[in-house]
Amino acid sequence: MTALLRTEAVSKAFGGVHALADCTVEVDAGSIAGLIGPNGSGKTTLFNVISGYERVDGGRVYLRDADITNAPPDRVFRSGIGRTFQLTRVFPRLTVMENMIVAAGHHDRLPNGSGRGLSGLRSRLARAGGPATRRRAIELLEFTGIARHADVPAGTLSYGQRKLLELSYVLIASPAIVLLDEPAGGVNPTLIGVIADRIRDLNQEGTTFLIVEHNMEFVMGLCDRVTVIDNGTPVVTGPPEVIRTDHRVLDAYLGTDDGDSDLPA
Amino acid sequence: MRTLARYWRAPALAALLVVAVVFPLVDTSAVDTTFAINTLIYVAAVTGWSMFSGNTGYVSLGHAVFFGTGAYAVGLLAWHQHLAGDVIFATLPLGGLAAAAVAVPFGLVALRVRRHTFVVVTIAIFFIFQLLAFNLAFTQGNQGVSAPFLQWNPATYNNPFYYAGLIIAVLTIAWSWQIRRSKFGLQLRAIRDDEDRARGLGVRAMRSKLAAFVISAFVTGVVGGLWFYFIGQALPETVFDPTFDLTVALMAFLGGFGTLAGPVLGALILEPLQQQLTLQFTNGYLSQILLGALFLLVILFLPRGLVPSAEEWLTAGRAWLDRRRPPRGPVPAEAAAPETALAARKAGE
Amino acid sequence: MGRQLYEAIVSGILGGGVYALMAVGLTLIFGVLDIINIAQGIMVVLGAYLSYVLSVHLHIDLFVGLLVTVPAMFVLGVVIQLAFMRPLRGSERTSMSLLASYAVAIIIEGVLYSVFGASDVQLRAWYVTSSVKIFGFYLADIYLLGFGLAVLLVAAIYFILYRTTFGRSVRATMQDRTAARLVGIDVNRVAALTFGIGVAVTAVGGMVYGTVNAFNPNSGYDLISRLLAIIILGGLGSIAGALAASVFMITLESVVDVVWSPSWAIVVFYGALVLVLSVRPAGIFGKKEARAQ
Repeated sequence: MTALLRTEAVSKAFGGVHALADCTVEVDAGSIAGLIGPNGSGKTTLFNVISGYERVDGGRVYLRDADITNAPPDRVFRSGIGRTFQLTRVFPRLTVMENMIVAAGHHDRLPNGSGRGLSGLRSRLARAGGPATRRRAIELLEFTGIARHADVPAGTLSYGQRKLLELSYVLIASPAIVLLDEPAGGVNPTLIGVIADRIRDLNQEGTTFLIVEHNMEFVMGLCDRVTVIDNGTPVVTGPPEVIRTDHRVLDAYLGTDDGDSDLPA
Repeated sequence: MRTLARYWRAPALAALLVVAVVFPLVDTSAVDTTFAINTLIYVAAVTGWSMFSGNTGYVSLGHAVFFGTGAYAVGLLAWHQHLAGDVIFATLPLGGLAAAAVAVPFGLVALRVRRHTFVVVTIAIFFIFQLLAFNLAFTQGNQGVSAPFLQWNPATYNNPFYYAGLIIAVLTIAWSWQIRRSKFGLQLRAIRDDEDRARGLGVRAMRSKLAAFVISAFVTGVVGGLWFYFIGQALPETVFDPTFDLTVALMAFLGGFGTLAGPVLGALILEPLQQQLTLQFTNGYLSQILLGALFLLVILFLPRGLVPSAEEWLTAGRAWLDRRRPPRGPVPAEAAAPETALAARKAGE
Repeated sequence: MGRQLYEAIVSGILGGGVYALMAVGLTLIFGVLDIINIAQGIMVVLGAYLSYVLSVHLHIDLFVGLLVTVPAMFVLGVVIQLAFMRPLRGSERTSMSLLASYAVAIIIEGVLYSVFGASDVQLRAWYVTSSVKIFGFYLADIYLLGFGLAVLLVAAIYFILYRTTFGRSVRATMQDRTAARLVGIDVNRVAALTFGIGVAVTAVGGMVYGTVNAFNPNSGYDLISRLLAIIILGGLGSIAGALAASVFMITLESVVDVVWSPSWAIVVFYGALVLVLSVRPAGIFGKKEARAQ
């Protein structure tokens, strides 16, 4: 199967701390991939590197066959990678609908729409959010269940609602792959179930996911394939049932780090 | 009440416009029209400033650079070409273009840094320009540039300036309104809320910021040109005036930083006030002290400015009124909506 | 020319030392409070005027007078922070603090104009005009004394920062305000006191500045623009950066003044800033750009 997203021997250090070392990860098109590991193992750094928020010290990042290493965040997004943040980041003073429109800004026409030159200029000067964009935005907001809040400032949403908003606006650009950073973190169990359902629905329509999570039930129940990362390097990768019992995973969690007790017995 | 607002807003604006147009024909006092012209100049200047700073959240304290560049560009052109008469107003867009041209390198340097540094960089670049104006030969150094002698009827001398100012102010406000409604404006406000997040959603931050900066510079340059003709002279210390930006910022913050009506309101309140104070107190320093004190008061007690605070009071008042009214009937069952939408999707597969 | 060049370099270094003191105060304020104190320039002028009053009207020696002006400026700084900066809330806090300090600056300028008028004054003392011969050059005593005092005070600041509990609190607050609160540091107190220190050093800077330059209330603009350029070049919040940048910039200006012309020297000063920022937006010693927020 073709790898949609691939990192090759990526390394990244902050001062003396090696956040990522020889990190090679592959995500197949159409799959839901999980990325787990103890705190500080480099998961968020990997996301930052892929999405352009950090530069690599070494190694490369590929989306299909295109080399997107060190591409700036806006270019990464436009090439089809969406990403959510651990601590939700929405635009608090803009309404929920406006949040959606900002993300939609570049895909008003075709998924690979140029938005450049004069046509881009016209679309930029046009009223924010043409009817097509708004329809799609409402569709997504209904899908995640927050459509009735469309006209309130995003800053007034609850934490869980913000998570859903982030998911929504990342999707409006129809990305090929979505990187989810702890989608179930700090969210009540019912909502976690809703989020898992939505991810499955979207995946059935063709969106690939790479999910970082600490919630083992969530990951094991949802992902086709799980990669365990420790000290910035992938340790083992495989289907959930295999990972669950691999001793290297236990070592990674319970070894030299403070034991994470969320690994199921 | 919201629907009511929709009905009276347009007529109210139209009435205001009519009053503004008729004003100098009714009130012919030169003092009053001078007040009005200066006020219009500041309305345009602060709206122009706000097109950039209000939308992106990057506070610029260097817009005097554009004001001065516009003034000098227009002044030097008029002087070299020996212009006089009504044609002078045609040169104003050129002042704007000169300022816009300056804004490009200025912005490319200044917009790469974070917000605090940005403010300071704008101040530094402002001082560079002031120094250049003093030192470069073609700007005539200390002497500055004088405006051409305009042989207009002294009784209505101010009127062309008034109408030019009115047109510029109205066009600027309209442009600012259009930007706010557009995708471009939304991107700017997203940048203001969380620039990194905006970039992660495909917004080309640098390009957007620079575009807003250049547009804002153009407007400020045009205004600077008008001011030059009106005052009759461009001197380094008057057109590159350190208190210009502070005054403009104060007007924006007083009225409501980041809103459309706020800066306009701020200018309409402060500029006449400032002019009045300058007339009353010949000691110019006192008005400076008062300006600073007023600023502090605004920052401390009305941090969000008049327009947002007024909106807040209105909303609170309306909510209070609503609570005192009897309830209106059964609440529609809207909770079913998301579920049905999802069910529809699933059924459709 | 060679001799003039050496003199320019030496006086640049000495002058830079004095600017360093004021710049360190400014960058310290930024590091702890996240505010750029635009009023720093006019504070220097205020310090100069205070020294002037003590010297001319009370016949107190300039250096002795510092025993009065430094604590006075310290108190002023603390009061300003408590009254106008601490109460600020909301997402635009840092911009508003900056504007508040700008407002304070123009108020002080207005007051100085009203009290002292617009004409130039200069501080006088025997050591201002006398000089000492070192290595064949005449160096004005005041430069040496001022430099010496500046070095002493910067050393004192380093000592406080790195050897006292208070200093540790300051450094902790500079690094992470929330974490500092969590370990029990009274961040508000640290902020107020740091602002006070940052302003207090301007008393010394003002005294030296006032002896070497004729000044009036308008001099504040020139001062603050230089100080801002210096701390940005050195990296906001970096004390070592403020030191290095001060000496570098003032020496550069001094050299250009001699080699080229005085009016261009100042343009080169700012040009250097713009140049450095184009290459390194965070300044020489600045921390990597935490994304524009």
